[in-house]
Amino acid sequence: MRPTDALERSNRWLAKEAFPTLFDRLIELGYAIVGPTIDQEAIVYDRINSVDELPRGWTDEQAPGKYRLKRRADDAWFGFNVGPQSWKKFLFPPHAIVATADRTANGWQMATPPDDPPKYAFLGVRACDLAAIGVQDRTFVDGPYVDPIYAARRREALIIAVNCTQAAATCFCTSMGTGPRATQGFDLALTELPTGFVVEIGSQRGAEIVDKLETQDVDPQQLEFAEAARQQAVDQITRQLDTDGIRDLLLGNLNHPRWDDVAARCLSCTNCTMVCPTCFCHSVKEVTDLQGDHVERHRQWDTCFNFDFSYMNGGIVRDQIRSRYRQWLTHKLASWIDQFGVSGCVGCGRCITWCPVGIDLTEEVAAIRETRA
Amino acid sequence: MTAPAAMRPAIANPWQSDVAVVRETVIEAPGVTTLRLSLADADRAASFSFRPGQFGMLYAPGVGEVPLGISDSCRADRTWSFTVRAVGNTTRALSALRMGDTLGLRGPFGSSWPLDLCDGYDVVLVAGGLGLPPLRPVILELVQRRRNYGRVTLIYGSRTPDTLIYTGQYDDWSNAQIDVQTTVDRADLNWTGNVGVVPLLLDRLHPLSPERTIVFICGPEVMMRYTVRSAVARGIPVERVWISTERNMQCAIGLCGHCQLGPEFICKDGPVFRYDRIAPWLAVGDL
Repeated sequence: MRPTDALERSNRWLAKEAFPTLFDRLIELGYAIVGPTIDQEAIVYDRINSVDELPRGWTDEQAPGKYRLKRRADDAWFGFNVGPQSWKKFLFPPHAIVATADRTANGWQMATPPDDPPKYAFLGVRACDLAAIGVQDRTFVDGPYVDPIYAARRREALIIAVNCTQAAATCFCTSMGTGPRATQGFDLALTELPTGFVVEIGSQRGAEIVDKLETQDVDPQQLEFAEAARQQAVDQITRQLDTDGIRDLLLGNLNHPRWDDVAARCLSCTNCTMVCPTCFCHSVKEVTDLQGDHVERHRQWDTCFNFDFSYMNGGIVRDQIRSRYRQWLTHKLASWIDQFGVSGCVGCGRCITWCPVGIDLTEEVAAIRETRA
Repeated sequence: MTAPAAMRPAIANPWQSDVAVVRETVIEAPGVTTLRLSLADADRAASFSFRPGQFGMLYAPGVGEVPLGISDSCRADRTWSFTVRAVGNTTRALSALRMGDTLGLRGPFGSSWPLDLCDGYDVVLVAGGLGLPPLRPVILELVQRRRNYGRVTLIYGSRTPDTLIYTGQYDDWSNAQIDVQTTVDRADLNWTGNVGVVPLLLDRLHPLSPERTIVFICGPEVMMRYTVRSAVARGIPVERVWISTERNMQCAIGLCGHCQLGPEFICKDGPVFRYDRIAPWLAVGDL
């Protein structure tokens, strides 16, 4: 997408030497910085306090069922694609206490536990993940009921996007219309070049941070190089998902033999739902002290691949892998549109990379499309 | 621009239960108890209201939370009733509550029976087993405004005579010109009534004016499917058949994902649906 003139004017140049000061300014402003860093041989998102914790000079090699870190030929700070984690981990924590109950002389008293989340600055949000945050907003804050835990984190979060300048073999954001360029929903968006960043300002809050940094006017050549770098990501995308009429395609083929075929490969391991940046299903469990006088209601991520997820009246509704995979895929790509007005898939490719048997949802949809009922 | 919706002021935590106090317990049948509750907080009690067909989340701290249809109209003393069958950990704990005990209550949630569509119509209510409680507020509403409706029939089936519930009220309903018809799957020595499944009673119900009839059904899924078939066979347009559905519900607010059936969240889009809206999804095995 061609940037508008207004966006061109709001671009600044941040030299690499000045980049570390971004961390200082964010910390001064009270932000808890979350960004990419290396842990257990993967690039994950975690609390970081300096540029030294970024995976500088590293990249990732991804394929269905495969993820490997590799050294880059240069020392780029953001020369990789998305890893196993997403920002969901911070906005919709995998574990949270949603309510408490205490036994008193007058019976049970119900309360909401205090929640004082950090003011997050997310550094390095890719376009697909920006879209994913937008998708989760529709679930957790735009509906008739607002989840207070998500809303409290989301409200304060500062989003510094980083435009992809390369694509993994599992990426298909161009099919989902979500990337690779960040076009909205950020405070700042960076495009990394060998000597610095083109910084695009997306909000007043972003502008105020840029004012505190040593930036220069951006020159036309830098803009041109940034555009070329972003185009490289577009050009590297090989995977595609044909979304034309996809809702009716999937919901009209609920008894397609392909569901049996994929069920024979799927392990129902839940990896795809755990790495998915939009999956929101969860369960609430009771946790009590030894006396049973103080009770906490613990919310944990759950997944439609869990056998007892659909337990009802002494039975399991989706008792076959076939029905659980079908639930996941049709929800993600079809019924999500009915429920929230958008696809639940942003094309990040995580579910393909992290599937231990390399199931690729784009292939599954293509197979159904080819032999549709 | 970053978070337009999230900028809205925080609202009350939809996860937090109100404290409810048990005012009365009634044993309806073996293992089936009606709890009549009031909210401990007077302001909350004053503002709490529901529509027939909606449900509440009853919470036994330390044990669990379950969805239960509100099973009685609101009394003048601002109390509400729920009828529970002791089958699992939570329903057993709820069934063991005594007068004065406290528990948690969230709600009311979900859609309701379309009583506004009943004016001037013959109304047929069909309940199977524990499908009767969510229909009882409808019965009481129809009794209240009885002249607004044509013929009103309740068809209610249960497994055995001793599992029929609310038996003490059938006379009241009959006196209000509601045709109460009961049936059981298995009779005992004292049973002189109907034996068989509820659709059979619908099949041979008095001459219907199908074009002026509306049907509400609540019960096991298979019972509802065959009842709809009977209703349609009697000439009742399928778009005037409503059912109350059930799935695993944990949050009741459309966030936890458990209750999905196709594109529907049973908790917030349902539990009451016009049959033709939900039928395509019910028809697919293990969806």
